[in-house]
Amino acid sequence: MIHSLFLINHSGDIFLEKHWKSVISRSVCDYFFEAKEKAVDPENVPPVLQTPHHYLITVYRGKLFFLSVIQTEVPPLFVIEFLHRVADTFQDYFGECSEGVIKDNVVTVYELLEEMLDNGFPLATESNVLKEMIRPPTILRSVVNTLTGGSNVGDMLPTGQLSNIPWRRAGVKYTNNEAYFDVIEEIDAILDKSGTTVFAEIQGAIEACVRLSGMPDLTLSFMNPRLLDDVSFHPCVRFKRWESERVLSFIPPDGNFTLMTYHVSSQNLVAIPVYVKQNISFFETGSCGRLEITIGPKQTMGKTVEGLMVTIHMPKAVLSVNLTATQGNYTYDLATKVLVWDIGKLNPQKLPNLRGSLSMPSGVPKPEENPSLNIDLKIQQLAISGVKVSRLDMYGEKYKPFKGVKYVTKAGKFQVRT
Amino acid sequence: MTDSKYFTTTKKGEIFELKAELNSDKKEKKKEAVKKVIASMTVGKDVSALFPDVVNCMQTDNLELKKLVYLYLMNYAKSQPDMAIMAVNTFVKDCEDPNPLIRALAVRTMGCIRVDKITEYLCEPLRKCLKDEDPYVRKTAAVCVAKLHDINAQLVEDQGFLDTLKDLISDSNPMVVANAVAALSEIAESHPNSNLLDLNPQTINKLLTALNECTEWGQIFILDCLANYTPRDDRESQSICERVTPRLSHANSAVVLSAVKVLMKFMEMLPKDLDYYGTLLKKLAPPLVTLLSAEPELQYVALRNINLIVQRRPEILKHEMKVFFVKYNDPIYVKLEKLDIMIRLASQANIAQVLAELKEYATEVDVDFVRKAVRAIGRCAIKVEQSAERCVSTLLDLIQTKVNYVVQEAIVVIKDIFRKYPNKYESVIATLCENLDSLDEPEARAAMIWIVGEYAERIDNADELLESFLEGFHDESTQVQLQLLTAIVKLFLKKPTETQELVQQVLSLATQDSDNPDLRDRGYIYWRLLSTDPVAAKEVVLAEKPLISEETDLIEPTLLEELICHIGTLASVYHKPPSAFVEGSRGVQHKRLPGSAGSGESVESPDAGSAAGVSDAPPAVIPSQGDLLGDLLNLDLTPPSATGPPPAATSGMQMGAMDLLGGGLDSLMGDESEPLGGDLGGSPAMGAGFGAPPAAMPASFNAPVSSGGLDDLFDLGGGVGMPMGAYSPPKAIWLPAMKAKGLEILGTFARRAGVIQMEMTLTNKAMSVMTDFAIQFNKNSFGLTPAGPLQVLTPLSPNQSIEVALPLNTVGPVMKMDPLNNLQVAVKNNIDVFYFSCQYPISMLFVEDGKMERQVFLATWKDIPNDNETQFQIKDCHLSSDAASNKLQGSSIFTIAKRTVDGQDMLYQSIKLTNGIWVLAELRVQAGNPNYTVSLKCRAPEVSQCVFQSYEAVLKN
Repeated sequence: MIHSLFLINHSGDIFLEKHWKSVISRSVCDYFFEAKEKAVDPENVPPVLQTPHHYLITVYRGKLFFLSVIQTEVPPLFVIEFLHRVADTFQDYFGECSEGVIKDNVVTVYELLEEMLDNGFPLATESNVLKEMIRPPTILRSVVNTLTGGSNVGDMLPTGQLSNIPWRRAGVKYTNNEAYFDVIEEIDAILDKSGTTVFAEIQGAIEACVRLSGMPDLTLSFMNPRLLDDVSFHPCVRFKRWESERVLSFIPPDGNFTLMTYHVSSQNLVAIPVYVKQNISFFETGSCGRLEITIGPKQTMGKTVEGLMVTIHMPKAVLSVNLTATQGNYTYDLATKVLVWDIGKLNPQKLPNLRGSLSMPSGVPKPEENPSLNIDLKIQQLAISGVKVSRLDMYGEKYKPFKGVKYVTKAGKFQVRT
Repeated sequence: MTDSKYFTTTKKGEIFELKAELNSDKKEKKKEAVKKVIASMTVGKDVSALFPDVVNCMQTDNLELKKLVYLYLMNYAKSQPDMAIMAVNTFVKDCEDPNPLIRALAVRTMGCIRVDKITEYLCEPLRKCLKDEDPYVRKTAAVCVAKLHDINAQLVEDQGFLDTLKDLISDSNPMVVANAVAALSEIAESHPNSNLLDLNPQTINKLLTALNECTEWGQIFILDCLANYTPRDDRESQSICERVTPRLSHANSAVVLSAVKVLMKFMEMLPKDLDYYGTLLKKLAPPLVTLLSAEPELQYVALRNINLIVQRRPEILKHEMKVFFVKYNDPIYVKLEKLDIMIRLASQANIAQVLAELKEYATEVDVDFVRKAVRAIGRCAIKVEQSAERCVSTLLDLIQTKVNYVVQEAIVVIKDIFRKYPNKYESVIATLCENLDSLDEPEARAAMIWIVGEYAERIDNADELLESFLEGFHDESTQVQLQLLTAIVKLFLKKPTETQELVQQVLSLATQDSDNPDLRDRGYIYWRLLSTDPVAAKEVVLAEKPLISEETDLIEPTLLEELICHIGTLASVYHKPPSAFVEGSRGVQHKRLPGSAGSGESVESPDAGSAAGVSDAPPAVIPSQGDLLGDLLNLDLTPPSATGPPPAATSGMQMGAMDLLGGGLDSLMGDESEPLGGDLGGSPAMGAGFGAPPAAMPASFNAPVSSGGLDDLFDLGGGVGMPMGAYSPPKAIWLPAMKAKGLEILGTFARRAGVIQMEMTLTNKAMSVMTDFAIQFNKNSFGLTPAGPLQVLTPLSPNQSIEVALPLNTVGPVMKMDPLNNLQVAVKNNIDVFYFSCQYPISMLFVEDGKMERQVFLATWKDIPNDNETQFQIKDCHLSSDAASNKLQGSSIFTIAKRTVDGQDMLYQSIKLTNGIWVLAELRVQAGNPNYTVSLKCRAPEVSQCVFQSYEAVLKN
């Protein structure tokens, strides 16, 4: 089971350690530092490391390494999932997950870690339950606590902890009862030089924000549930109902949560909202190259494409760029060699275009690799897979809640090869 | 107001100030002070000096303050055990508190205080809490048993906590069940043989019910526990599968993978024609694909596991190739794993896509990745014959880019392609030769030289090319030097007239100017061969090479089966059996997949033609049976009859030559060395090299070579006769009284009911009473270490003897000893510490499940290079082969098959050592001849000598 946790910042300082069994010297992290040195980029540090007596399992979140030490055979996915959950909890409690904020709230962090794991076994990881035991810090509360000597640790047994619905606390009360669902889809795609789709799939998620009093029992149904053949649910969803009727039936947790995620696989046809015409070339002689990119709408289902942005990792040899954009601005970071073109809204009448020259030091051979383009975009009010919620019903409570469903499509890992 | 204020220090001295604040009357000030203390603790500062002051704050009704003090206690109690006792009273009191949260907190914290003295006080409160009315307290107490077991295992057993824990599996609350399972699993890991988790249909049913209702983490523990169960029949198996399948849609990827493990294992038992079997296969693909859209760290673990799943059941993901396409911003460790799986999934249907992708990757930035992509193209060519031509032309395109490392990788893989498709793509040699100068890595240079030597007759200027390499001969690495030597000899044999000078030059460089014994000896062999019998030399050096196998890095079938049982664990990430590397797993517990229903022995994939069914001898790894028979027969080339000299008596020179040649040719073939080296080493051609024409091989040996012969050969189904007790040598004096101030130790080793024991007679030959005995071992080859303390309870008075049996296990630290079975022991008593060393018979490390399947035996025998074979003679043994087999079985040497040729009985036997090493043996017994011959084959040939000694000892006693 999970033995110890070390939090390590970007530059390699251990700024927090927590042991759930015996204390393990922090020198065990030296093996990790060695691997980190070797990997150059922090993203590339292997997540599972073997040392003579321990295993180190690491996740990299928000420029921090969460490094856990284990001694016996433990499912690594279990550890990784848990570490991400720790990061999520910090995010949830403090609004961000950074070294500064963790140091500012070190005692709460420590109390949380103690509550989340007991002897290496997860104890309470649901945010609803944790918040009942350890209240998140707010400026108001700390002022009140200082004045009254109150505490931010609950002294009641969290009610949800042992019921059959551990994710929901009892006695929830709101004056405005509301339930909002966001259907968010991300397109992961690889397009080749000529614009043909090499690979495309959709990662979808339904994010919920539910503030309903009492114990509401909700049913969410879809217009076209057949699209959803690969799904993962929040534990609250009744799987049997889904299997038999293709509806989501659940008693929701209180607050924000991910109701389900789904995956529309590469075997279905995935609509690609934009096309990209690009030409990046380097001359055999001389020390320059040319770049020209045009983006236009393809399958947008009549909606507007917003937040369009192109990111290119240029070859190391490219010293500077001299480009003109018909729309938006571009920046070129000389240190990281990253070209970012922020376009904004896509106007189908006047296609955005970026062209100009790339300069390289003379005498350097023509770069071998072809940079690839990463595209960012957003389309409001559209789920590109075609998934649509048809209705939401509530049982078990008398009041009439506000209901709302929003759709948005974004680019995930959307990559155009050159 | 943030906690960072707790880090500010004043000049006066932090500790001093904190002490004052902790003893303050104001509650609020106290709490702030404890918070400061905790803050310092989290960053690794030593604040243990404040122990008494902090503990004083413990008696409070403020829950937050109490929790903070508990946090502090857990960290520092170990360093201040006497002080920690002060806290006990409060703990005991808190365990009676009306608030279940406090009761649970107290029992939880007490378990974390790793101080022996405290554990005694813990027992009573713990017993109460295990039966508490509140499930929250019960579930916390369940975990506490595991904690206590970690500190004092004996205490937990004596107090009967294990039974209480087992009862909790039937608890009404699913969370309690999950925690009880988790605690029991952790405890079971340190007790491999104890039957802690006694799984029967009733408990399984309870677990399955709890599975639906407990937390995600609890589900992981329950699923991992279910995976250890073996269902009685296919119907039970199916019903468990049906109840586990919904877990595949869980948001927690660890739950998903644990469910996949259960399904992959239980699927083995389902009949393949069942509709449900097909449904299940279809249901497995989507969750695996979904894992790949998670965070990169999760992807990595998932990919390592998918790699195993794809090898076992390629049909699950055969349509999902595209999800493994590499994305530009994937971390490098994900990229490399995806590439591996792409090749495993490559087939004729999708090869065009795969190749287009690989070509794209070969122009990426990351050097490691590009190299692997180029190699992958070569592997595709070898795997999918139809694509070979396209692959070769892709490789040629890549060579044209002139990017140095791309060219070198390409040349290395083209060499393999030549091996697979001889006389097909030699037209590209000219292009390769153009890039000779840019090769600077040994592997690429060696590959290029091999190509030049192999196709010397087609390359007009082969001699010039090789000569150019020869200039810097001494600066080359050994790999290149050996290759160059062989290539030039090949060239000479093909074009003797023009190259005489060259060959003499290289032979003298190798034999006279080199310090490297491998190189020198290979040089001598070639020299002698060429000077004595050029025809034979031609047969040896230019022998036809067997084709290389289709897929190179498949995991061994038995290992794969074991790893499938360990999906989702560290073992599956490292692709090693857990016994090989997990320190915590004591004792070797190999898991096997259950046999399929109906057939019972072989598992057939639905599309048996293309898929690599594992037990069904995939054509790639295990050679055809005919081939194997031939090889077994080759071993008989020197029968132990009067006609030939016994191998031991063969002159050193000749023996050396045999080994060397085998070894030399091995390295010549690079990656694919095993089959070639193996075949040549013992082939008739070798005999020819030393003047004995192949025709001299007794004709009778060829007789049984027929496909039917195999069945006769292995008609000896199960074990022979009843097993007898394992052999144990008589006691010997290990420590004479003279050397040990009067303590004499006689001892021996024995294996009784699967437990290794060190049996000793301790005699006190001194004048005074001896007490306080203790024993310790030095690190040793097999990690032997005492499983418990030395049980000498009463003092040993003068002239008294005592018999002691010390159970041993093999989980200690490992260090290779010389001789291998040497054990250094330290014994302590009230007088002094004494050291001695003794040698244990390796036979006590032979485990009871060391009986190999016949098929596996055949495959393994073939798979182990002939270099690893050693032969021994056992003289003056008058047992019949059956009696010998019986006797050996008593010591866990299992006879798998027997055959008789010309009145000579051959027993094929297998042995498994505690550390998982397999030793295969062939024992030849000639009726009327008291001398037996044992041939041992093992991947770790160093054990052979010891194993042979055991044979001798067992047979003669």
